[in-house]
Amino acid sequence: MAAQVELFLQTLISGFLLGGLYALIGLGMALIMGVMRIINLAHGDLMMVAMYVAYWLFTLFHIDPYLSVFVATPLLFFLGVGLQKFLINPVMKVESILPHNQVILTVGIGMILANLATVFFTSNYRSTPVSYASKAWYLTDFWKNAPIELSLSAPWSLSFLAAVIITVALWFFLTKTDTGKSIRATAQDIDAALLMGVNVGVMRAVTFGIGAALVGGAGCLFIPIYYLYPSLGKQFTNVGFVITVLGGMGSTEGAIIGGVILGIFESMTATYLGMGWAPVGRFLIFVAALVFLPGGVASILRKQRLGK
Amino acid sequence: MPPIILAVLCFLPLVGLSSYAMHILVLVIMWSIIGMGWNLLGGYCGQVSFGHAAFFGMGAYSSGLLYYHFGISGWWGLLVSIPVLTITSLVIGFICLRLRGAYFALATLALGEVLRVTAENLVKFTQGDLGILIKQRTWVEKTWYFYVILLLAAGSFLLVKKVMESKLGYYFVAIREDQDAANSLGINTTLYKTIALCLSGVLTGMAGAFYMNYMGYIDPTTVFPLYDISIVTVMVVMVGGVATYWGPVIGALIMVFLAEVIRSMPKIGAAHQTLFGILLIFIIIFLPNGIVGDFRKITGLFKPRGALK
Repeated sequence: MAAQVELFLQTLISGFLLGGLYALIGLGMALIMGVMRIINLAHGDLMMVAMYVAYWLFTLFHIDPYLSVFVATPLLFFLGVGLQKFLINPVMKVESILPHNQVILTVGIGMILANLATVFFTSNYRSTPVSYASKAWYLTDFWKNAPIELSLSAPWSLSFLAAVIITVALWFFLTKTDTGKSIRATAQDIDAALLMGVNVGVMRAVTFGIGAALVGGAGCLFIPIYYLYPSLGKQFTNVGFVITVLGGMGSTEGAIIGGVILGIFESMTATYLGMGWAPVGRFLIFVAALVFLPGGVASILRKQRLGK
Repeated sequence: MPPIILAVLCFLPLVGLSSYAMHILVLVIMWSIIGMGWNLLGGYCGQVSFGHAAFFGMGAYSSGLLYYHFGISGWWGLLVSIPVLTITSLVIGFICLRLRGAYFALATLALGEVLRVTAENLVKFTQGDLGILIKQRTWVEKTWYFYVILLLAAGSFLLVKKVMESKLGYYFVAIREDQDAANSLGINTTLYKTIALCLSGVLTGMAGAFYMNYMGYIDPTTVFPLYDISIVTVMVVMVGGVATYWGPVIGALIMVFLAEVIRSMPKIGAAHQTLFGILLIFIIIFLPNGIVGDFRKITGLFKPRGALK
């Protein structure tokens, strides 16, 4: 019995930690979705780029992956702004039969990034063997006679903590600064924002940049606890859009809650069904969200705020 | 025009083409069927799918599993894939097509991935990563395969044409152009979108079943990949021409030849997805309706400057 409880709690903890990181991926996608009304299907591949940045910084200059957040995030920001300005924006003006041209375009971008990574860096699995990789805290260290044993891995906790810090920083940016407010205004109503004097074009580029920067940060936080290969992006793109749908298209609070839910659920499927089934669990959550909660977590939050 | 092309294609194997040339032809025709299927749903009905590999793979696996578990000819898969794909499409349609926006595109994208993982993990049922091998090929020569796929393609072409010339086709286009307007005119949009999905899924699934019999071997990564099948399907239609009868055929011709040429180049071969991606971006920006759809734009480029204005 104790072993069962132990396993369950341990799974819950690791799911929660994973969820914090997932929330960061989902946040970027939700921001882009909210402002530009497109799903960025190159999201995971942008994360892959950031992970390679962190990997090379670690391998060549021995820079800790957590420090490379400060290098990769600005880099990804400019990459995102560039992609938006020179590729996605021109397509928004092109007349065509298909409504989803921009989404198809992001798929193309993702395909190029993943393939270029394979060409330049080969498809070998890589990781950053940091010195504290296997360090962990145990429950019995603090509570001698604990009936069950739980552990908390150091890099996982660090990554989670960093993810929380970035999320809080983003929240401050979105609620307290002018640019942040303009971004939220653009997401709420583009025409009204235009009339209020918000430069919507610039906001779109900035938002795409921030979305890319967030997922870049997530990449740096992922690399100490995960391994890296060129086609890993797809998987995290899936994670991102499942969170976006689960959280409610374009809602940032929803994305955080959605990320945690997905993290815990995936951790549970991995423990009780087997590692390989995690994508299926992801899909089940996606379908369940579509059927039972098409508005996502955001619709529940909205109801509560209205007092109903 | 179509009967003449069909007749020419019928006599093509008699010329004595090499086995390689026949292989390319078979692939071109197979991809045009997949393209026609995608076009029916994406081009005419406006529901973009990023997961046609799911349908393709299900068709291939329904054929392969029949052979593997019951020991009957894989060709029965062509028939069996019809109900299998119809049911799959109905389920997906019921879940996703009620909702607006990108939900459907995302659901199909995820579906392809999930089916791949399922096929990899259900080792007892699908042999997992070992894949399924048909030990005895039906024909050694490619000629008969060519005629089978040609027949399928002619049937698909006819089907798409008949559907698009019927009331159903007008419903599809109405839904693509303005769903609210279509709804207000009394069109049951979910129903017709689901019909388009079923037709599209069945066509793609049959191409998949043919692929199993033609190649004689499948595994999860060859029939369920995102980039090499789902996205190439989108590209076949986008390059050829969205919402045109001949677009998928032209697109398949270009894409298959391009893929062969690029892969045969020693240094660039590994980067074929990059080149495809660049082509995709180029097409989206400059020829958003494809070669057939934007044919006037292309011919306009070659006219003397003065004639432009």
